[in-house]
Amino acid sequence: MSVKELIRFNNFSFRYNSRDDKILEDINLSIKSNEITVLAGPTGCGKSTLLRAIVGLIPNMYEGEYTGDVIVDGIKIRDAEIKEIAKRVGFVFQNPENQIFMFSVERDIAFGLENLGLEQEIIKKRISKIMKTLNITHLAKKAPHELSDGQKQRTALAGVLAMEPKILILDEPTSLLDPKTAMEFMELINKLCKEEGMSIIIVEHRLDLVLKYADKLIVLSEGKVISDDTPENVFDYKKDIIPELSVPFSTKLYRELAKNQMKFTKPVTGVEDMIREVMK
Amino acid sequence: MIKFDNVRYNHPDGTNALDNISLDIPEESITAIVGNNGAGKTTLVKHINGLLKPSTGTVSIKNEDTRNSSVAELSRNVGMVFQNANHQLFADTVKNEILFGLNNFGFNEEFIRERYEFVIELFKLRKYEDISPLKLSGGEKKRVCLASVLAWNPEILILDEPTVGQDELQKTVLLKFINQLHSNKKTVIVISHDIEFLWRLQPNIVTMSDGKIIEIGNSESIFKNQELMEQVGIIPPQIIKIFEGLKIKDEIPLSFEESCKVIKNLRN
Ligand SMILES: Nc1ncnc2c1ncn2[C@@H]1O[C@H](COP(=O)(O)OP(=O)(O)OP(=O)(O)O)[C@@H](O)[C@H]1O
Ligand SMILES: Nc1ncnc2c1ncn2[C@@H]1O[C@H](COP(=O)(O)OP(=O)(O)O)[C@@H](O)[C@H]1O
Ligand SMILES: [Mg+2]
Ligand SMILES: [Mg+2]
Repeated sequence: MSVKELIRFNNFSFRYNSRDDKILEDINLSIKSNEITVLAGPTGCGKSTLLRAIVGLIPNMYEGEYTGDVIVDGIKIRDAEIKEIAKRVGFVFQNPENQIFMFSVERDIAFGLENLGLEQEIIKKRISKIMKTLNITHLAKKAPHELSDGQKQRTALAGVLAMEPKILILDEPTSLLDPKTAMEFMELINKLCKEEGMSIIIVEHRLDLVLKYADKLIVLSEGKVISDDTPENVFDYKKDIIPELSVPFSTKLYRELAKNQMKFTKPVTGVEDMIREVMK
Repeated sequence: MIKFDNVRYNHPDGTNALDNISLDIPEESITAIVGNNGAGKTTLVKHINGLLKPSTGTVSIKNEDTRNSSVAELSRNVGMVFQNANHQLFADTVKNEILFGLNNFGFNEEFIRERYEFVIELFKLRKYEDISPLKLSGGEKKRVCLASVLAWNPEILILDEPTVGQDELQKTVLLKFINQLHSNKKTVIVISHDIEFLWRLQPNIVTMSDGKIIEIGNSESIFKNQELMEQVGIIPPQIIKIFEGLKIKDEIPLSFEESCKVIKNLRN
């Protein structure tokens, strides 16, 4: 599948009205289509703010000082209507409770699909398929407040995935999932990207979980982009890394050993890489 | 010191979330609870500070049945940081959020000032003192919750997913702090899906699935038990995967430094 520019930030800055400081400053970024882009950085560095600017919540729902441009799939976000953006972009919030509000899991997933104007038959099929995939079929009739936190997150993810958006934006989507489910979820979005051509941007602290699938890693710190490259290049032992990044154990090992003259064919970003390098 | 005796709990809609739980959590221990989404972890710990009372069976703290005390009484000794920060935050500023518990339990002024300063520095919240906690980022909100509860220094501390939204430096602060609480003879209970964090903490681990306790053990024994991990929905930390992959099964190095040495030797 062809890779082309999907999202562009041009000299973008933003300050929330209730704050004196700029949260994002002079951001210039180009994010490609049909790739998985991981966004990482310290707590409070502006990751969620950047996502809000892509999906149009900024400036539509959050007041503040907005300069520069954000262009998503050819549309200028500042001038676009939320409805227009929502047709292409699916967004899963950091806190699932901001997202699920219908009286049952099943109804909640149906809500977005009905808004797309799909036929009832198709809606039913998609709901049952996604509930099976995310293992929440047994919760179909439960109300959001009757779910565990991880089950809420699964429901929020199901609602957005069922809509099959062209662009999927995920804000710490696995933070409440049990480890096995989190891994299965990453496998799932990897498949959606590689097989169905979905473009995915994901904010995540636990890099051990996502690096394996990442085409690009963007690191943000204090409102600025400090790296934007493949994970291998970002973690090359010759480069510095900010201490706030949760570098996977295998990558930490590689960096330490490589600094002490051990030879590697390329930077290690996962367990399999490390095993291969040592066995060789 | 915390004792569950044949505890069952049914949520109002009939969901059986705890199915005959018997568990002893010793004083001055660090215990982690892990398991699938919906296993009953949050339901379990809500019994310790009395937010929930068992449908059948008993929960007792220092031999005192939780049915005989109010949540307010229990909270003085049992501090709980909720999984979802938004359920905990209510004050207009970060400062008032942290001071609430301290004032409420009637500590003297000097203690309040000292503890306030301590947590505000520890969790790097100084610049947010006068801001509404609801306008903070997800990870910052979590830090405010941790600060508010740690401020009054309870005997028993329950942390439900404390690392969510936290970067590496904050996780390290948290790790050190839990270890320090432990040396100060506190009892700490952590619920976490963050395997890499748990590996560094090396707690006693209670595994749960489907309202039941499946097994209890140290980190190494739990994370080497493939069948158990499958059942309770967890995966091993990278250190175990790497050394099992390298066919070093029995003596897996425990620390980063040791791991470096072992790999160097393998290569040579
Ligand atoms: N208020 C409620 N009403 C009805 N059922 C509930 C309620 N809260 C939780 N449950 C159900 O009880 C079971 C245990 O939930 P609990 O929140 O204790 O899980 P957990 O182990 O903390 O999961 P997670 O890892 O997702 O946080 C789940 O099946 C859940 O759906
Ligand atoms: N609604 C809001 N109003 C004012 N300030 C906010 C709001 N949301 C976030 N912030 C602030 O903006 C900064 C970046 O937040 P955020 O983008 O949520 O960080 P991250 O997602 O990287 O943890 C933080 O300092 C936070 O306090
Ligand atoms: Mg965020
Ligand atoms: Mg829970």
